[in-house]
Amino acid sequence: MSFLDAIIAALKSLRQNMLRSILTTLGIMIGIASVIVMSSINAGAQQKVEEQIASLGSTMLSVSPGASRRGGRSSGANSAPQLSERNLDAIKQAVPNVVDAIGEVRVSTTAVAGGADWPTTITGVHAGFPVVRNWPVATGRFFSEQEVSSGRRYAVVGETIVKEVFEGTNPIGGQLRIGNVPFEVIGVLAAKGQNQFGRDEDDLIVAPASAVRARLAGRDATVPDQLDSIRVLFADNTDLVRAESDLMDIMRTQRRIRPGQADNFRVFNIAEFIRARNETAQTFGVLLAATAAISLLVGGIGIMNIMLVSVTERTREIGLRLAIGARKNDILIQFLVEAVTLCLIGGIIGLGLGLASTTVVAKVAGWDVLINANLVLIAILASAAVGVFFGFFPARRAAKLNPIDALRYE
Amino acid sequence: MNPEHGSSEALVRGDNVRKTYRMGAEDIHALDGVSFKIARGEFLSIMGPSGSGKSTLMNLLGALDRPSAGRLEIDNAPIGDMTPDQLAALRNRTIGFVFQQFNLLARTSALENVKLPMLYAHKRPSDLNKAAQEVLDLVGLGDRLDHHPAQLSGGQQQRVAIARALVNRPQILLADEPTGALDTQTSEEIMQLFTNLNQSGVTVIIVTHEQEIADWTNRVMRLRDGKIVTDERLKERLHVVS
Ligand SMILES: Nc1ncnc2c1ncn2[C@@H]1O[C@H](COP(=O)(O)OP(=O)(O)OP(=O)(O)O)[C@@H](O)[C@H]1O
Ligand SMILES: [Mg+2]
Repeated sequence: MSFLDAIIAALKSLRQNMLRSILTTLGIMIGIASVIVMSSINAGAQQKVEEQIASLGSTMLSVSPGASRRGGRSSGANSAPQLSERNLDAIKQAVPNVVDAIGEVRVSTTAVAGGADWPTTITGVHAGFPVVRNWPVATGRFFSEQEVSSGRRYAVVGETIVKEVFEGTNPIGGQLRIGNVPFEVIGVLAAKGQNQFGRDEDDLIVAPASAVRARLAGRDATVPDQLDSIRVLFADNTDLVRAESDLMDIMRTQRRIRPGQADNFRVFNIAEFIRARNETAQTFGVLLAATAAISLLVGGIGIMNIMLVSVTERTREIGLRLAIGARKNDILIQFLVEAVTLCLIGGIIGLGLGLASTTVVAKVAGWDVLINANLVLIAILASAAVGVFFGFFPARRAAKLNPIDALRYE
Repeated sequence: MNPEHGSSEALVRGDNVRKTYRMGAEDIHALDGVSFKIARGEFLSIMGPSGSGKSTLMNLLGALDRPSAGRLEIDNAPIGDMTPDQLAALRNRTIGFVFQQFNLLARTSALENVKLPMLYAHKRPSDLNKAAQEVLDLVGLGDRLDHHPAQLSGGQQQRVAIARALVNRPQILLADEPTGALDTQTSEEIMQLFTNLNQSGVTVIIVTHEQEIADWTNRVMRLRDGKIVTDERLKERLHVVS
């Protein structure tokens, strides 16, 4: 008997028990549907996370003042001394594998141009900003290190500033008054949209750190060249654990922290931080994976059960087939094909259900759902595998029948 | 006599064939050492009281089972030495089996039922419908191809079963009480069909309880308690072939 004949025979016999067949495949349907939903949502969440990490720089560490979370007395963020330009220079010179590093000074302010004003944040940075933050300029240019040193009042703005303050007109060459200090707009940053927590990334102004500090910050005179944070970009494929400890060594030396004394600064691995925050999404995924596995298991047992019933019901048919020349393998394949066909039907319906509910979940929960073409393959392979696995025992039982006993079976 | 060098025309040769079933502590000798030869082209009936071993013998002749002891050759193949798959091939190509209860697949058309043995013979798909139709014509059911068993009379169902047994052009047609479930009129029609088939060269062996049925054949073998008690060739046929 050819494979095609076996499939045709299987479909016929399944059609003869239509309702039973459909009920039997429910477990498989739900199982496959959860596999689809799970992997789509996971892929979506994963992609979102990786996109965000990439946009921040996956080999970036950032340093901020504050008490160490590890051991020692917690002295509170505010009591720790500020970071400084000197710290930044030391990092650039002494830490291996550093591509570039920038300092940041942030001031909340109101930006005014023409008649419009807009509450926002101005961030003083260094010329390495586009590289370190992986954030290119869309139009115009960024300021050079020399312009930073000379304290030029240049500004590079985000898309939202263009929209809100310049009302969509080309801002380059225009003036922006920030806390009554005029800045000249020389570039616009590429749009990034909202981040994962819904904050508008494009609502920012960057300017040379020196200019921001001199004109706007003016607080905490203890460190004249203060920086709120330092971001350090390492070369691709750098071992970040190693890099982190190198960075901490330099910072401890810089800040004269004696061995045994607690750090008064913190080093963040932003990529890790974001991955950790996304573990909730992973938990959801694990839950769905468990649902899928259990459904497939239960579904598979259902298939095995119904196939055993079918083998018993059709004992005489099996005897007849053997009597007219079917070999053991023909019988084995017949029932195996039947089980696999049953599972495939369930799997395909489950695939449809899964894709539909994925779309619904995406809409309702605001997830970014990725439907991967491979999922179709996964669904089909998974259901076929369940069919083979759980169909084998009943099929072997059928194939083992002796023709005379089977024919005589009442 | 050495069975190896016996008559070369013998299609079936049994030499001291035994079939023993073990029931609890005691052995049941369903066949207690039977020896016989069946030549090509014979029309043989097997008779005997219930429990005498007729079906047991038929199952052996049909290669559905292997003897417990002794030697049984079908078309020169010793079935005691064959693997299950070799037996399956023998059942598929050399032997056609007709059952008392027809054993047709339910909710499956006559044509599909008849095609079944060809599927297991790995015949080319294009030949199947034509060949099945031909044998259904032969048994007089050329106009009932699409009927399901439930839509056919008992006699018609048995004809479908006979067509199925014939479709792979077997050398031997075996029928265990083929008319047991049929009325007299229909039984005669079926026996007429067997007679025609026998005359076209097929060796036909039937089991029956009824003398009227045995009278259609030209050799009657009687069993009792697993032994052959008489084996007579009838010189004259009682029924003239119409
Ligand atoms: N599978 C079996 N297990 C045990 N005993 C069996 C088995 N098959 C047959 N027998 C025994 O073997 C003997 C012969 O049985 P068989 O079926 O060949 O009789 P039969 O001549 O066909 O009878 P009937 O005319 O009633 O069909 C009987 O005693 C029966 O009980
Ligand atoms: Mg019997």
